Amino acid sequence: MQQLIFAIATMAAGVLACAAYFFGTNWILDKLFPSKGLTGPVASRNLRITNAIRPWLFLGPALFSLTIYLIYPVIASVWLSLHDRAGENFVGLNNFIWMFNDGEFRQSIYNNFLWLLVVPAAATFFGLIIAALTDRIWWGNIAKTLIFMPMAISFVGASVIWKFIYDYRAEGTAQIGLLNAVVVYFGGTPEAWVTLPFWNNFFLMVILIWIQTGFAMVILSAALRGIPEETIEAAVIDGANGLQIFFKIMIPQMWGTIAVVWTTITILVLKVFDIVLAMTNGQWQSQVLANLMFDWMFRGGGDFGRGAAIAVIIMVLVIPIMIWNIRNAAKEMEGH
Amino acid sequence: MIASSRSPLVWVVHISVILLVVLWTLPTAGLLISSLRDKDQLAVSGWWTALSTSSQNLTGRAASPDEQVERDGKFVIAGNLLEGGDSKVSAFGFRPLQPTAFEAGALADIGDGQTLTVKDDGSYEIVSPTRMEGSRGQRIFYTAAIPPRFTFDNYREVMRAAGIGASFINSLTVAIPATIIPILVAAFAAYALAWMKFPGRSILIAVVVGLLVVPLQMSLIPLLKLYNGVGAFLGVPAKTYVGIWLAHMGFGLPLAIYLLRNYMAGLPREIMESARVDGASDFDIFIKIILPLSFPALASFSIFQFLWTWNDLLVAMVFLGTGNNELVLTGRLVNLLGSRGGNWEILTASAFITIIVPLIVFFTLQRYLVRGLLAGSVKGG
Repeated sequence: MQQLIFAIATMAAGVLACAAYFFGTNWILDKLFPSKGLTGPVASRNLRITNAIRPWLFLGPALFSLTIYLIYPVIASVWLSLHDRAGENFVGLNNFIWMFNDGEFRQSIYNNFLWLLVVPAAATFFGLIIAALTDRIWWGNIAKTLIFMPMAISFVGASVIWKFIYDYRAEGTAQIGLLNAVVVYFGGTPEAWVTLPFWNNFFLMVILIWIQTGFAMVILSAALRGIPEETIEAAVIDGANGLQIFFKIMIPQMWGTIAVVWTTITILVLKVFDIVLAMTNGQWQSQVLANLMFDWMFRGGGDFGRGAAIAVIIMVLVIPIMIWNIRNAAKEMEGH
Repeated sequence: MIASSRSPLVWVVHISVILLVVLWTLPTAGLLISSLRDKDQLAVSGWWTALSTSSQNLTGRAASPDEQVERDGKFVIAGNLLEGGDSKVSAFGFRPLQPTAFEAGALADIGDGQTLTVKDDGSYEIVSPTRMEGSRGQRIFYTAAIPPRFTFDNYREVMRAAGIGASFINSLTVAIPATIIPILVAAFAAYALAWMKFPGRSILIAVVVGLLVVPLQMSLIPLLKLYNGVGAFLGVPAKTYVGIWLAHMGFGLPLAIYLLRNYMAGLPREIMESARVDGASDFDIFIKIILPLSFPALASFSIFQFLWTWNDLLVAMVFLGTGNNELVLTGRLVNLLGSRGGNWEILTASAFITIIVPLIVFFTLQRYLVRGLLAGSVKGG
C-alpha cells in the first residue's frame, strides 16, 4: 500500500516535472524574445530566434535520453568488447578470438541460425494463410482476435503455458502434458521434449511462432485488403482459380509487406531471451546468443568484455536490416 | 460472398479456420482450466479430463488407537477417509505394494486377528479382539473416484505465499509511469520532427529509424556500469524504480517518436498554417491542436509501451532489484519455474495472474493496437 502511494506520487512528480520543463522553457523563451504585439525589425528578429531555438527545446529530453540509453551504449559496448572482464585493460580482439573458439558460442550461433531460418518463415506463412482464410468467412474477425491474443502474453507467461504442454511424466503414469498425452494416445512413448538436443530448439521456436503469427496476420490481412479489386476481377474474368489468384495476383502485390513482417520478426528472433531462459536456460544444447550474453554479464561476478563482445555480434547481425529500414524511410520522406 | 458460399470449398475454409483457432487458443485454455482445478487432481490427470470423474490412488491414515472404543467385547476404530463430497472408494489395501488388494466392502485380515474394512462411502472400521497398542493409526491405501472439483485455492495460495500479490503491485509501479512519461517526451519531439524547420532534421529522423532496431543487449552492460557509477557517486542504490522508468523510456522512445511523427506528419497542413496566421506559436499549436488530434496515435503507442513494460523480463532483471518489493511478475514467475517447477497448481495460477492484465488491455483496446501495428510496420516498408 505504501509502495502504491509512493508509485502514484513519483508518477505524478515525473509527469509534472516533464510538463513543467516544456511549459517553463517555452514561457521563458517567449519572455526573452517577445514577438506578439510587436512590429518591425525587432519582432521579426525575435521570431527568427525563437523559431531557431524552439525545436531544440521540444527535442531536448528525447535527444538526451536517446543519447544516454541507446547511442552512448552502442559505442561503449564496442569499446568494452575490446577490453577485459572489468573493462579496464585493452585486450584487442581477444574476446572475439575466445568467442569463436568457444563451443557454447558456436552452439548459440548455430541455434540462432536455426531460429532465424524457421521462426520468421513459419510465422509469416501461418499469418498469410490465416489472413487469406479469415478474409472469406463471416466470423473471420472473431477468429483473428483469438489468434492475435498470444501477442499480449509475455514470453515468460507463454513459456509456462508451453512448458505445461511439454510436461513429461514417466511412462505408464497418466500424462498431464497435452503433447505427451497425444503421443501416448497414438501408441508412442512419452518424451521429455525440451531435453532432447537439437529438437528442443524447435519446441522452443513453437512458442515464438505461436506469439508472432498474430502480428504477421494483422499486417498481412491489411495488405490483403489493400489489393485493388480490379486486378482480382481481371484475373477472375481470365478464368483463374482461387489458388492461382492467391499465388499469382495477391502474393506478388504483397511482397513489400511480407518483407516488413519478415524483417520485424527476424530482429525479434535475434533478441529472443526470455523463452530460452525460462524453458531451458541454455541447457541441453539450446543456448542462443541473447541468453549467452546475459549469462556472461553476470557469470562469475560478470565478464563485461565477453558479454559486450556477444552483444556486438547481435548488433552486427541487425545492421543490414537497419540500413534497409533507413533507406526505405528516406525514400518515403522524399515522396512527401 | 454469396457466390463462394455455394462452393464446397467454403466448408474446407471454415473447418481449417476452426482448427487453427483451436490450435492457437488451446494452450491458454489449458492453463486457465488447470489453474482452477484442485491441486491433487491437477497433479495426476490432464486438464482435458477436468470435467470427468478422476480415479486417484490415495493414502490415508486411520484414527490413532487412542480413539478405539470397546463394543461387544471387541475393540473398534472407525472413521471416514473421505471428507464428504460425492467421492467413491472402489478398492483398498493396507500394504504399499498392494494398494488395491481388496474391493470396497471386503473384509481384510491385517494380522493379529484384526480386520479392516472400507466401504465405498469411505467409512472404515478396524476391529480387534484385543486392545490395540501404539499411537499412530493404521495406514490405508485406497483408490477413489473423485468428482471434478474447481476451486480458487490455487489463486489464494499464490497471491499470499508465492508473493505474486506483491509482485503484481511492483509490475504496476514499473509499467504505469514507464508508459506515461515517454508519451509526453516523444510527442514534443515528434512534433518538432514533423512540422518544425531546423538544420539536421532529416538526419535526426534517420537516426530514430536506425535506433528502432538496436538490440537491447547492446545497452545493458554500459548502462549497468553507468547506473552503478551514478549510484556510487550519489550514494543511492543503483537499482531503483526511477532508474527503470528512465530505461524503459529510453528504449521505447524510438518507436514512440517514429509512430507519432508519422501520424502528425499526416495531419493537414492548412490547420497549422491558419493558426500561425492568427499569431499562435508552435507551442500553442502543439498543445491546442496537434495533441488532441493525435489521440489515436498516442493511444496506440501507450498500449504498446504498457504491454512491453508489463511483459518485460530483461530490463527488470538488469535494472531492478530482486527484493520482495521490487521483483516484477515476470521475474517472480521465472523464479517459481526454478523453485516450484513441478507444482503446476502454483505455476498455472501465477502465470494466469501475470497475463490477465495484458489480456484485458488487449481485448478492450485491440482496435488501437492494430492501428499502431499497421502504422509502425506498413509505412516503414
